[in-house]
Amino acid sequence: MAIDETASANAVETERPLKVRGLQAWYGESHVLHGVDLDVARGEVVTLLGRNGAGKTTILKSIMGVMAKRKGSVLVNGYETIGLPSRLIARIGIGYVPEERGIYASLTVDENLMLPPRLKAGGLSREQVLDLFPNIRERLTSQGTKLSGGEQQMLAIGRILRTGADLLLLDEPTEGLAPVIIEQIGRIITRLKQQGFTIVLVEQNFHFAATVADRHYVIEQGKVIDMISNTHVEANIPKLQAYLGV
Amino acid sequence: MTDIFGIPSQVLLGQIVLGLINGSFYAMLSLGLAVIFGLLNIINFAHGAQYMTGAFVAWMLLNYLGINYWAALVIAPLTVGMFGMLVERFLIARLAHLDHLYGLLLTFGVALIVQGLFRNTYGSSGMAYDIPEALKGGTNLGFMFLPNYRAWVIVASISVCLLTWFVIEKTRLGSYLRAATENPALTQTFGINVPLLITLTYGFGAALAALAGVFAAPIYSVNPNMGADLIIVVFAVVVIGGMGSIMGAIITGFMLGLVEGLTKVFYPEASATVIFIIMVLVLLVKPAGIFGRPA
Repeated sequence: MAIDETASANAVETERPLKVRGLQAWYGESHVLHGVDLDVARGEVVTLLGRNGAGKTTILKSIMGVMAKRKGSVLVNGYETIGLPSRLIARIGIGYVPEERGIYASLTVDENLMLPPRLKAGGLSREQVLDLFPNIRERLTSQGTKLSGGEQQMLAIGRILRTGADLLLLDEPTEGLAPVIIEQIGRIITRLKQQGFTIVLVEQNFHFAATVADRHYVIEQGKVIDMISNTHVEANIPKLQAYLGV
Repeated sequence: MTDIFGIPSQVLLGQIVLGLINGSFYAMLSLGLAVIFGLLNIINFAHGAQYMTGAFVAWMLLNYLGINYWAALVIAPLTVGMFGMLVERFLIARLAHLDHLYGLLLTFGVALIVQGLFRNTYGSSGMAYDIPEALKGGTNLGFMFLPNYRAWVIVASISVCLLTWFVIEKTRLGSYLRAATENPALTQTFGINVPLLITLTYGFGAALAALAGVFAAPIYSVNPNMGADLIIVVFAVVVIGGMGSIMGAIITGFMLGLVEGLTKVFYPEASATVIFIIMVLVLLVKPAGIFGRPA
């Protein structure tokens, strides 16, 4: 039956938190994404790898609706979001950590943590977030931007875990951080994956990406040029190094 | 009779009270301007017209409908606030993507239209609004006679200012406002309705101006120019205090009212210009204002 087929197709779509087809985006007049296709399954950790300026950050911004001009199709939990403002896209269940972390200077650490409203059931409680990031607990009354870079990153991740969002977009969570902090963030991503979160991660640090991700999309000039499963990553190291220019 | 710096203490204290009264209006109006500027990034030139409209709504309520001062304290700000929200939603919001200068010009135009409408209907001579029965008379403090209504205005404005500060700095709604002021695009990605916050904020700023207008109605005559006259000084207050800080706007408002009052005692010739002289000095030394953060 045609109806049954549609119903089961919808069921598959809601099982897939993110499906991107032919995504294009512009900064003013300049065309920066040229038809990006991505598929992310529930519970997967996927990275976007690529050189500086390849369009990785722009892909996350376009999914989140921060880019003013975009075209194509972005299905989040089965809902088409391409025409929606970011505040409604968030309500479908996405949490976003921007590259600059976006900790507010005019809010205390606690206010930063409690700022994002609960969007749906299933989010972590304030206590659970603080258990995950014990460093933050001691700094709750400080001004948000008085935290160290690593603590700001943890706060930026922690605050979206409260909302009930099950798809997390993390833009370079390890950028500029000390190795010991990077390890800590890696452990947290692994733990979030075990708890069933779906995560899309922009990374420059391919070694870090290989420790946490299931699959890697390679981005170049606003397009996906390759997809490598993490199980095949060892065999593909020369190819990846060529892509990333390292 | 005791003298302070060769001035009879009654004169001095009388001018301090007068300074605090003016300071109350400066503080309430510059607070509204600062809140609006923070979130909308526009200088609300309609602020004086909104203050004047508040006074007129109170006058109309009393004279056409027999509704008293105490009810007007609620109804006038609500009316002007609603009108402000309509102006924001249907006019200012359409200019949000353009240079902020256009928002300034738009609100200036709205102010001129509103003032023109009132002048057309009521002339510019001004109308009296009686002090409410409960606040008539005064209290002899021993060193001076304090009219009850003036004491009420000072206490009520300080309370309103502190309440506003508390809501913005200490509550959850306030944290949304501060976040939207600092980074509106990111705040939206958390599912917070920033356009709605902007509309409500503009409405609140307009309502605050209208409330100051109701406070002013029994003190000054209700006339279409009362806002335009006052708003120039309030802009100077805002420049001196700096746009960034809520508490800064409140403190600067009261301080400059006091400075103006004291100037009337010690050098009356300068009392009308002293605020502008301070503005020039502050701009030379600290262009972002006393409490402002450099951009």
